Order: sequence, then C-alpha cells, then structure tokens
Amino acid sequence: MTTLAGDTGSSGADASADKPRSIRPGVPVSDRVFRAIARGGGILMLVIMLGIAGFLGQQAAPALGVFGWHFFTVQTWEGEHLGVLGVITGTLLVAVVAIVVSFPLAMFTALYIAEYSPRWLRRTLIAVLDLMAAVPSVVYGLWGFAVLQNNTIYLSRWLHTYLGFLPFFHVDTDPHAALWDKSMYTSSIFISGLVVSLMVIPIACSVMREVFSQAPQGEREAALALGGTRWGMVRAVVLPFGRGGIIGGTMLGLGRALGETIAITYILSPDFSVHFRILEKGGSTISSLIANRFGDATGVQVSALLAAGLTLFAITLVVNMIAGFVVARSRSGAATEI
Amino acid sequence: MQDNTNYGAVDGAGPSTGEATVPIDVGAGPGATATATAPAKPTTATMAPAPPAPARPSGPAKPERRRNLRTSTLDDYLSVIGALIGSLCLVWLCYNRLLPFSGPLGFAVCWFVAFLALYAVVTSLRHGRPQLADRMMAVVMHAAAIIVVATLAYVVVSTLWGGRDALSHLNFFTEDLRNTGSLDPLSSGGVLHALVGTLVEIAISIVIVLPLGVLTAVYLNEVGGRAAQIVRTVVEAMTALPDILAGLFIYVLLLLVLGFQFSGFAAAVALSVTMLPITARAAEVVLRVVPNGLREASLALGASQWQTVWRVVLPTARAGLATALILGVARGIGETAPVLLTAGYGTYLNANPFSGPMASLPLFAYTLSKSPSEMDVARGYGGASVLLVLVVLLFVVARVLAGRGREGRR
Repeated sequence: MTTLAGDTGSSGADASADKPRSIRPGVPVSDRVFRAIARGGGILMLVIMLGIAGFLGQQAAPALGVFGWHFFTVQTWEGEHLGVLGVITGTLLVAVVAIVVSFPLAMFTALYIAEYSPRWLRRTLIAVLDLMAAVPSVVYGLWGFAVLQNNTIYLSRWLHTYLGFLPFFHVDTDPHAALWDKSMYTSSIFISGLVVSLMVIPIACSVMREVFSQAPQGEREAALALGGTRWGMVRAVVLPFGRGGIIGGTMLGLGRALGETIAITYILSPDFSVHFRILEKGGSTISSLIANRFGDATGVQVSALLAAGLTLFAITLVVNMIAGFVVARSRSGAATEI
Repeated sequence: MQDNTNYGAVDGAGPSTGEATVPIDVGAGPGATATATAPAKPTTATMAPAPPAPARPSGPAKPERRRNLRTSTLDDYLSVIGALIGSLCLVWLCYNRLLPFSGPLGFAVCWFVAFLALYAVVTSLRHGRPQLADRMMAVVMHAAAIIVVATLAYVVVSTLWGGRDALSHLNFFTEDLRNTGSLDPLSSGGVLHALVGTLVEIAISIVIVLPLGVLTAVYLNEVGGRAAQIVRTVVEAMTALPDILAGLFIYVLLLLVLGFQFSGFAAAVALSVTMLPITARAAEVVLRVVPNGLREASLALGASQWQTVWRVVLPTARAGLATALILGVARGIGETAPVLLTAGYGTYLNANPFSGPMASLPLFAYTLSKSPSEMDVARGYGGASVLLVLVVLLFVVARVLAGRGREGRR
C-alpha cells in the first residue's frame, strides 16, 4: 500500500531512493486539545459529585459539631433540639412500603412485556412505562393527595380491623366505631409509600425488562422444545438469568424511593418521632423534612438541614452504587449465549 | 400471542442442551405436544417457496400449510371468559347482596380472587399441574400489566379532569397572579408567569446541559481511558441522586458561598445538575450504536479523531442526541424540589432570571394546590395539567425523533 505511485512521487525512479516513508506516530495537536477538553467534561461530573458531598459536608459541619452523635439519636425537630432518628426511620419505612408494593407489579409487568405480550403491544407498553417515569412527581403527589388518599383510608381501616394484631398495622383508634375517625388513617406512611411505588415501578421495570430480554434465545427454545410450558421456561431460564437485573432494578427503585420529595411532602403530616405504625397519620422523611422546614430555618437549623441532606446523600449513594454493581455484573452474564 | 418467529432456524441446528439440565415443567397441553411431535421438518415460516418436502416422499405434492404456533384453543378462550363472567356474578351476589362490604376497590380485589379460583378449577378439570401453574401465572402477569397501565391512565385523566375548569378560561394562559387573590374566581389570574419562568429556566438549563452532556458522552465513548469507568459509575449514581440534593447543593454553592439571590438562574443551574446525568447517559448509549465502520472509514481517510467525532459521529447520532436532550428536559421540567429551594415563589411575571423570585409550573401547581381555597386548588390543577401536557408533548417528540433516527440509519 505504501509504495503506491503518487504518494512520494517526487523521489524519482531510481531504486535507491525507495526508503520507507517516515510515519509520525503520536497524536496531532488538535486531537490532544480535543481529548483534554473531553476529559475535562468527564472530570467535571466527578467534580460536581464531590462538590455535592464537599459543600454539604462543609456547611453541615457546624450542626454536627454542636450536636455530635446526638444528631442521629434525637427524635425531635424543634428549636435547638434537632435530630434525624425519626426521620431516617420514616424514610426507610416509606421506601419499604414502596418496594413491597412495586416489586411484584414491576417484575410481572416486565415479564409480561418481555415474554407474554404480542409484538404490536410491546413497543406501546415500553413507551407507556417510559412516559410513566417522565410524569412529574408533583402530578403524582397531587393525585395521591386528592384522589388516592380518599380511597385508601378504607383499605387502611380494613387492614387495621383484620390484621391489627400485627404491630405495624395498629392504629390508635377504634375501627369498629360507628363514626370511625377517618382523619387518623389519612396522611400516613402507607399512602405515601403507595404513591412513591408509582414512581418506582417504571424504573425497576425497565431494568428488569432489559435483562429479561437478554436471556439467551437458545436456552429458551431448548426449554420449550423439551415440552416446557411458557411459565416453566420463564422459571427455568429467564428468572435465573435475570436475577441480577431483578435485584439491581429493585435497588435502583429503592434509591428513587429514598429520595422522593414532593409527593411525600403533599401527603405526610410532619411527625418526627420514631413509630412503626404505617397506617396511622404522621411521619416524616429526610427530603420532606428539608422541603417543609427550609423556608423558615435559621442559623443552626439550616446547617442541621444540610446535615440531614448529607445523610440522605450517603444512604442513596451506597444503595445506588450497590445497584449499579449488581446490574453491571448481571449484564456480563449475557456472554453465555450459545 | 407469541412471536417465536425463529423457531424454524432451531430445528436444523439442534439446540445444544448442555445448559438446559434445569428442571422444566413438562406440560401435556396442546402447544407442548405440537412442539414435541414435530420432527426436524422445515417449517414453512422460513422456507415458504421451498420444493415440496423432500423429507416426505410418500405424500402427494400438495403445498405444505403453515403450522399454527398459537397454543390457545377455543376451549382456552371460553374457560377464561366463563371464569370472568362466573366470578363477576358470584362476587356481585356475595359482596353487594349477602355480605356487609362496600367500595369499588374491594369489589375489584374480590372479583380477581374469585376469578383466579374459578379459572384454576376449570383448568384443573382438563389439564395437569404444570399447565395449571402456567395459566395462573399468565393471568397474574396480564393483571399486573393492566394495573400499571390503568393506574397511569387514572393519574393522567384525573389530573386533566381536575384542571378542566381552569383550562377552559382563556385568561388562564394570558395573565399572572399579580392582582388575583386566592378567593377570586377563575376568570381572573392565570399561569403565565409560571409558564414563562419554566421556559426561561429550561432554556438556560439546555444551554448548560447540551454541551456538557454531549462532551461527557463523547469522553465516555470516544476518548475513554482509565478514568472513564469511574466517571461512568459516577454518572449512573448521579442519575438516581435525589432531586432535593441538587437543590441543596446549588443553594449552598450559589446562595450561601457565592452570594447570589433566590433567582431563576440558580433554579436553572439546580435543574441542570439533575438533567445532566440523564442526558449524558442517554447520549452515551446513542453514541455507542453509531456503526464502528463509519469511524474507521473516517480515520482511514486521514481525519483526526476530533474531525471524526465532529464531522462523522455527532452528525450521525444527531436525532438520538436530540432524544437524549429531550428526555433530560422532560425530567427537568417537572422537578419541583430543586426549584423550591433555589427560585423563590413570585406571583408576578418576571422574565429576568438574575433578579427577583421566579415561579415555575411545578412550583405553581404545588403551592396553589395546597391552598385551602377551592379556586386556588383549581388553578393548581390547571398548572399541573399544563405541565403534564408539556411533558407528554416532549415525550412524543422524543419518540418520533428516535424512530426517525432508527430508520435513517438503515
């Protein structure tokens, strides 16, 4: 290739001049600049992430200095008595309710899309779920506050009546009273969790669906060819293959559930004590605490709110990192295709 | 029902069942027997104009008919329909007439449970346990998908329904809330200031997010290097970052440290922090599917990497990049928490992002719908409806662009 005429044509015809053309290795200047800029863009993401941790930490330091470890054991948020124990339990409870509700729905919907739905419906369903992820949380919150809450109190009362012996289904009121106290069942952690589950479903479902659809075609057909039913094929091939996706998708959804703000602020009525009665009025999460109290916070309270935000940051970062790790591992299993 | 179009391809190759030693429910249903008793006969699905069946010399030369791969028979359909109707009647009788229950939710749940039970009985009359499990799970999965889609439809429809009063007044789109009290009728005041605020904030965010997001995607996909893996992990972690933390970060950085005021600009920067990772991730996926042959052709022609990216890769992926940006915008336009902490809330039209509080649609909807006044709640619903319509529009545009990009690549 390199000896083609016209390339070094000026060298004449004699064979002695047929030297190898000098090839300049290395990267031209323009590419060096380009790579440096691109790398700078990538590094900027790291800087933002570190900046969030750094600035929050710097501003939260005064509060942590004042309160010390008591910040994580106190259950009130009044004046100078600030602590996040009740808020952290509230956050976890809302997330648990959301995951318990959304997990079966997300998994079965993902299986339906990946394995059961006819082809013409599949793309529509995927688009619908993507749209569900894009619906603003203020819309979900408004719906949960105005529509869902009025219907769910009956379910809450039913759960209390028949399952009230379980401590977390207990409510401090008499469900059999002729005029039962409806307001005790509103603004509860349970209802918040239901609304948050609507935001978790599309996230978890899309991860699961992607992993399910990567299950090796050869093994699927082998299972069917052996005479398996479709559910037998799903159980023997798709679910074991997609285990990483199921776990990872659920964890990603958990990350979203932990951080949701506005929908919860709509519904929960603030209560900063630790209690596990999820059907009862009252409760608080870290993000709803921040949204509620940020406007009128002064001095050390601002710092304490930022410290609460830092706590949330740490929790979600750990959850998301684990989720990303699990999902990435499960994708590497796609290489087992026959 | 099913789309196993490449069944024919497997027949000849013989699936290597080395990994298929897992337990499999063997059913005796019509579908299962059809699969099992079909020998390595080429299906006409893939070889339609093939010479008439050399494997079966005894048969007359009649054209082979396409085998029906659907496993559902009339019997199956009838048992589903029968179980549905039977359970509906049963539950209606027991739930509404005999037992002291009420409420549509409980009715739906009881109906579903009764349907499952009836359907299980009907199926077990004719089929074995594997078939029974198969049918039950199929029903549960259909139900899950229906529940999810129906809930979304309920959310969308009830929001728009709640907003119909406010939206039917034209002044809702042309006035702000400057002279409107919370008890004034809907014929006064509107959403204009919030709409303008949202558009200004999103415009600033796009100016920030588009170059940075594409740059990050280019770095992850075209430049690479050892740090790229870390950056990718961080971007993925940032995608799921709680939106309120973005607001807190910008509040600390711009308002506390740098001394800005509550303003639209601060809100736009906070929105950018939430939009950036989404856009960067989507853009990276788009760049990944640009055919490698194009890059190699460009490099082989002597172009530098910079020229390859700028003249070949990015133009090829243009539609996909637009989709990525729109996805980010659709997310950012609905974020309330960052705006809540950084923008402040004003009731008058303010198009200057650098001074004065700036309302936006989510904040408008949130603030007004929490008000005790009925008129304000109606306005809040109206704001939420406008927001929802904007998001759906953006979403449809993104879908259309993505579809067109896919066609153009072929």
